Amino acid sequence: MTITEVGRARLRKEDAHLITGRSRYTDNMTLPGMLHLAMVRSPFAHAKITSIDTSAAKSSPGVVTVLTGADVAAEQGSLPNVWPVTAEQKAPAFPSIAVDEVAFAGEVVACIVARSAAAARDAVELVDVSYDELPVVLDLEEAFTDKVLAHSNLDSNLSATWVFDSGEAGTGKPIAEALANAEVLIERTFYQQRLIPAFMEPRSIVVDPTSEQITMWSSTQIPHILRLILALTLGLPESKLRVIAPDVGGGFGGKLTVIPEEFITLMAARRVGKPCKYTETRSESLQSGHHGRAQVQKVKLAATKDGIVTGLDIQLLADMGAYLGIIGSGVPILGAFMYNAIYKFPAYRLECNNLFTNKAWTGAYRGAGRPEATFAIERLMDELAVELGMDPLEVRKKNWINNEEFPFTTVTGLEYDSGNYEAATAKAVELFGYDELRAEQVRRREANDPVQLGIGISTFTEMCGLAPSRVLGALSYAAGGWEHAQVRVLPTGNVEVVTGTSPHGQGHETAWSQLVADRLGVPFENIEVLHGDTQVSQRGLDTYGSRSLTVGGMAVLAAADKVIEKAKVLAAHLMEASEEDIEFTDGKFSVKGTDQSTAFGEVAFAAFSAHNLPEGFEPNLDSDATFDPQSFSFPHGTHLAAMEVDTETGQVTIRKYVCVDDVGVVVNPLIVEGQVHGGLAQGIAQALYEEAVHDDAGTLVTGSFVDYLVPGAPDLPHFTTARTETPSTTNQLGAKGVGEAGTIASTPAIVNGVLDAVRHLGVKDIKMPCTPSRVWAALEEAKTTGGVQ
Amino acid sequence: MASSKTITVEVDDVSYTDDVEPRLLLVQYLRERLGKTGTLIGCDTTNCGACTVHLDGVSVKSCTMFAVQADGHSVTTIEGLARDGKLAPLQQAFHQCHALQCGFCTPGMIMQSASLLTENPHPTEQEIRDGLEGNLCRCTGYQNIVAAVQAAADGTVSADGTVSADSDEAETAGVA
Repeated sequence: MTITEVGRARLRKEDAHLITGRSRYTDNMTLPGMLHLAMVRSPFAHAKITSIDTSAAKSSPGVVTVLTGADVAAEQGSLPNVWPVTAEQKAPAFPSIAVDEVAFAGEVVACIVARSAAAARDAVELVDVSYDELPVVLDLEEAFTDKVLAHSNLDSNLSATWVFDSGEAGTGKPIAEALANAEVLIERTFYQQRLIPAFMEPRSIVVDPTSEQITMWSSTQIPHILRLILALTLGLPESKLRVIAPDVGGGFGGKLTVIPEEFITLMAARRVGKPCKYTETRSESLQSGHHGRAQVQKVKLAATKDGIVTGLDIQLLADMGAYLGIIGSGVPILGAFMYNAIYKFPAYRLECNNLFTNKAWTGAYRGAGRPEATFAIERLMDELAVELGMDPLEVRKKNWINNEEFPFTTVTGLEYDSGNYEAATAKAVELFGYDELRAEQVRRREANDPVQLGIGISTFTEMCGLAPSRVLGALSYAAGGWEHAQVRVLPTGNVEVVTGTSPHGQGHETAWSQLVADRLGVPFENIEVLHGDTQVSQRGLDTYGSRSLTVGGMAVLAAADKVIEKAKVLAAHLMEASEEDIEFTDGKFSVKGTDQSTAFGEVAFAAFSAHNLPEGFEPNLDSDATFDPQSFSFPHGTHLAAMEVDTETGQVTIRKYVCVDDVGVVVNPLIVEGQVHGGLAQGIAQALYEEAVHDDAGTLVTGSFVDYLVPGAPDLPHFTTARTETPSTTNQLGAKGVGEAGTIASTPAIVNGVLDAVRHLGVKDIKMPCTPSRVWAALEEAKTTGGVQ
Repeated sequence: MASSKTITVEVDDVSYTDDVEPRLLLVQYLRERLGKTGTLIGCDTTNCGACTVHLDGVSVKSCTMFAVQADGHSVTTIEGLARDGKLAPLQQAFHQCHALQCGFCTPGMIMQSASLLTENPHPTEQEIRDGLEGNLCRCTGYQNIVAAVQAAADGTVSADGTVSADSDEAETAGVA
């Protein structure tokens, strides 16, 4: 094997159809006789449904039928939660169409099936639903008191309490001791505002019921998981269902879900016997697609006067919203193993209370639990530095795992295989001009410059490569974490690679081609990557959690290796040599010590023609492999943000952003850089721009892109990105994962920078997003409380 | 529902005459009547720009126009941008600069960039960012989009849209 492709910044195979408008997003699809769906949604966040009159809608022009919860009550079942975090976890039934009670504004109460999308939407207005309003609970801390219940048939808003205690787990010391003996104790409360994944392609579903096998196209990250859950929930044989994720316009965790509309479209199509399509409007997407983050973090950090952290205690309130989504309950748990981050904390305890509120349910959003954890600890490290009058980089250095200490088992019991925090930090500091910017900061403070400068630091790590199946089992997750691949050798020697990871912008077709090109010596161009269709890619666990390369890519390599093993037997036979003497390099099988060789393509054709095969040889080089990782991988990096804050207006500007990420061995640096850029944008958006805001009645106020501030090009800076490369030792390629890194790292870097700019004026904290009005209000408050010297 | 109206619109060099409902949006006409599904709908409220097309050479958001308003006008969509099988320089630049990931904002982003470069053939980075303000992308963080527009403006992509032998690779930040 000669490495020529891995590491190349190959331009993407995926681009050609996308830049010319030959795209295949689900909403582009039209089938003969296709009908269109529109949803009637509850305007109330909590109410009893007392009656539904569909007669006027049914007689509206073009309407074929109207379905209510009562109509489908016998078949619809309940959307499942597959991650019961405790044995006692409570969850309300989650019907696709509400039957007698709605628990968030936007919940579906009826579905119109009509000949056109316009006719369906016209008829939505004609469905007469009577509601008895119930009190709503929206605030997490209020939900915890149970004064108002989110569901009238549950006796508490508490779904589950999950605890990790290093003393009990035997992975560290007891926290009580650390807190009692703390020389320095930092206590803070951080608010992780509700965010909306806001993928650009609204979700869309087409179901064709007109054959024995029902086909569903869906804008989803998880076609394989979706098929299984549809089958289990609706009582369909899995074999009678084919799910296709065609071009998918972004996901970011927002499409790592099964949604009521998928069930409703399937049920409607089954009833009317015609293809049905549902495409949500942007407002529906923002209102009723799942949301992310939404946590309150009460944190205590114990340390010595020298800045050595001795313990960390986290009390989490996590907002599940009105229902438990497929993995919503587990999102905070994914973060629970990351609060200790890159540091050697001896004692750690986390208690997480999952709570119901009358808002849209929550689920994975880029990073899923890890951004929240990283924010808390990176904010705390800065707070500790301020408390001790130390440089925040120095505090981090005192506590992080040194390069020579790897592999290192952390206080949560995870083994970090590799890392070099020193190298990434040194490079970032140099690229950033850290010392110069610190000097400028001093000058501007002394000069009372109306625009103050702050430096924000985030030295993050995250857990990638979801996931070792045994670990998921230990955490009560219902499925495994393996991935499947198939390498098919065509008669010409061209290759088809089938992957169970289902991409939606990540560039798998390009990267997987590079992997296989190196392995088989087949030209990059002669490799076709197939995915996202359960009929083609028969096994898979899909795309999320920065798992595709470290799990799916390893399955691809393993399948390619099996192809070589098979082909060696045939090559030996064709060259009348012994199998042990066959070597494979650069796409050629050769006999050791001779000039005899045969090309991969020749062996492929020999297998196809099957005229001359060894005894008992199956005429086929195709190979499957399923890879289950033994451990996670841990990308890390150092992110530095120079933030300018106009103290007269509260306006925040990112002057400079430098990040050095260590994602291990890189297959395609172009794709990696793109992932970092996009990740940064989303993390910065949490720090400065985005928040799902509800009014007192539970109505989403930020229900369109007018109000929900996804940043545009002028709102973001030019990023300086660089890498260090410390290979992971948990997979054969040394890759670590990159999909979530930018998002996880950037939020605390930005907020730390904003605070660093104004802390000397008496500002102690600013809630995210740090909008000009919040920054200005914090400055004003500091003035009145005497913060200004 | 008001009665339909007959319109004649030239779309990507082909003239179409159709009866349309007055409330039919231009984007719906393009996608549902003409099958021009390269133009996409992302927000319904003129914020995201996924539906951007050219009307008589100037960018418009086709979700904010009725089809009847395009009567007698010429529309260019992403599907009409490549000529004689060759990509337009901006299409090539988006590919070469890795300016797209999921691709959903891409048609609108390219059409808006084309309009921007017509108005200002040599924009600064800030002018590009400001010029793309009405087009949202959730994947790229915009940096490579800005680079692509810059590359198209500078003529550093092959103008005929062909990929030369060594241009299937891009330059990226290095490793220590």
